[in-house]
Amino acid sequence: MTVISDDTALDAAFMALADPVRRSIIARLSRGPATVNELAEPFEISKQAVSKHIQVLEQAELVTRTRDAQRRPVHLNPARLEALTAWIDQYRLVREEQFRSLDAVLETSAGQAAPKAKEEQ
Amino acid sequence: MSNPLKITAPEDLPYIAFEREFDFPVADVFRAHKDPALVTQWLGPRGMKMEMDHYDFRTGGSYRYIHTGPEGVPYEFRGIFHTVRENEFALQTFEFGGYPDSVSLESMTFEELDGGRCRLRGHAMYQSMEARDGMLHSGMEGGMSEGYERLEELLAGATAPA
Repeated sequence: MTVISDDTALDAAFMALADPVRRSIIARLSRGPATVNELAEPFEISKQAVSKHIQVLEQAELVTRTRDAQRRPVHLNPARLEALTAWIDQYRLVREEQFRSLDAVLETSAGQAAPKAKEEQ
Repeated sequence: MSNPLKITAPEDLPYIAFEREFDFPVADVFRAHKDPALVTQWLGPRGMKMEMDHYDFRTGGSYRYIHTGPEGVPYEFRGIFHTVRENEFALQTFEFGGYPDSVSLESMTFEELDGGRCRLRGHAMYQSMEARDGMLHSGMEGGMSEGYERLEELLAGATAPA
């Protein structure tokens, strides 16, 4: 069976983009490369936490890091973002959103059975 | 972290299949598909008003609902529930008003998992490759804009000159 999209890579990209902090990082990087310190500035979370977010984005190939300089600025990989616009990816995005809404409905409406504790983010 | 969504869309066969697990038992997930008051809470995209004309989730029942976007553009969806087996299976037709006479046949299988969880498997069969890709595409552009908009915003930001 042929699958149009490279599921693993796509999953990684969508998981990466599902987080608001990581979306903010992407938005910031769209204005140009930045160091981890610069990226951490607007957030009330630790630099380590921001580094972790950047690692997730790096693994999803949404950003790259220059090796040479000591600053090691983070760059956006626009090609990867653009690759997400194929219809199959739109379908995935829509479905993801729908099922997340369903998760939320289940969270509030599941009165009959005791819902399992929700996983931590 | 939400459960991953697995999608299969072959290049040469006009269907799409998906698989998704939920941290809730089948009974809850089935009810969220059956009770129109619950369905309206998740089926429609955020930012759109969902008007349930009727929704009768049982063998031989039918449904019709309309999503209305912020600009007031209505998107109509309707179909018939061919088979509905409680907490187990549903088979229905699906037609988007913006792509009339192109009907897909969609099934959902509810499967209980350990630990009070369940798996939902969906399969949608289209009349042609064009119907699949075309309908999905127009559906995406219209009735399902929120997620798409989010991506577009992201892309708009990402491609802006540095």
